[in-house]
Amino acid sequence: MYDYRAGIQDWMGAGLPTEGTNTERPRLVDVVRGDVPTCSLGERLGDVRSRVVAAGWDACVVVSQERVVLGLLRAEELQADPQLAVERVMRPGPSTYRPFVSVTEMRRTMTERNLPNSPVTTSDGKLVGLVRKQDVGIRQAPADRSHLEQTSGLRALVLLDRPRVPVGIVEEAEA
Amino acid sequence: MPREIDREGVRHLMEQGAQVVDVLPAQEYGEDHLPGAANLPLRRIEAEASQVLDPSRAIVVYCADFA
Repeated sequence: MYDYRAGIQDWMGAGLPTEGTNTERPRLVDVVRGDVPTCSLGERLGDVRSRVVAAGWDACVVVSQERVVLGLLRAEELQADPQLAVERVMRPGPSTYRPFVSVTEMRRTMTERNLPNSPVTTSDGKLVGLVRKQDVGIRQAPADRSHLEQTSGLRALVLLDRPRVPVGIVEEAEA
Repeated sequence: MPREIDREGVRHLMEQGAQVVDVLPAQEYGEDHLPGAANLPLRRIEAEASQVLDPSRAIVVYCADFA
């Protein structure tokens, strides 16, 4: 006989599937973006920014070698001096959320705290992905898109649906 | 005396056909449980385990967490 002492909280915290009535309600594990760019503490910000923009993102999660979340680079941080190391610019120790948190609860939290995005991690702090406002049903304001365009030099945004299939394009005149 | 096992150990045993037992109350079990887990709340486990479980197969028991 074996005793799984860490229990179902550990299991769900790792984003593993469960059965039961709660699975009928969408949770972060269903919407989280696992393809968020990552970087390490010692990297040069300019190098990270180039990689993030090329991947079509405006955020990057700072992780250790074991993928433990150490910090977060949002759009504002990515615009800092490109010569600086990530460690000097990042938001250290961001609030993280577990994969089993309901989308409804996360939408409320992100609205109340005005969060554009938040890392989702296992119970031992390892990155599962990033959840963005639009992933939990919060509409992105036009001002947000303008900021992205201004900070990244993009003239248009390609709207992507999962799994990264283009569904539309927003030209500069429409933004 | 049960042997303590971690998440990866549970996954490995499940692949090998282990029986998984959730000892939480029925309501909590109904909301979320490990795939394929049977529900045997603690207060019933002694009385019903021999009827529900196959002693020739590995058995994994779990609760909510370490508490």
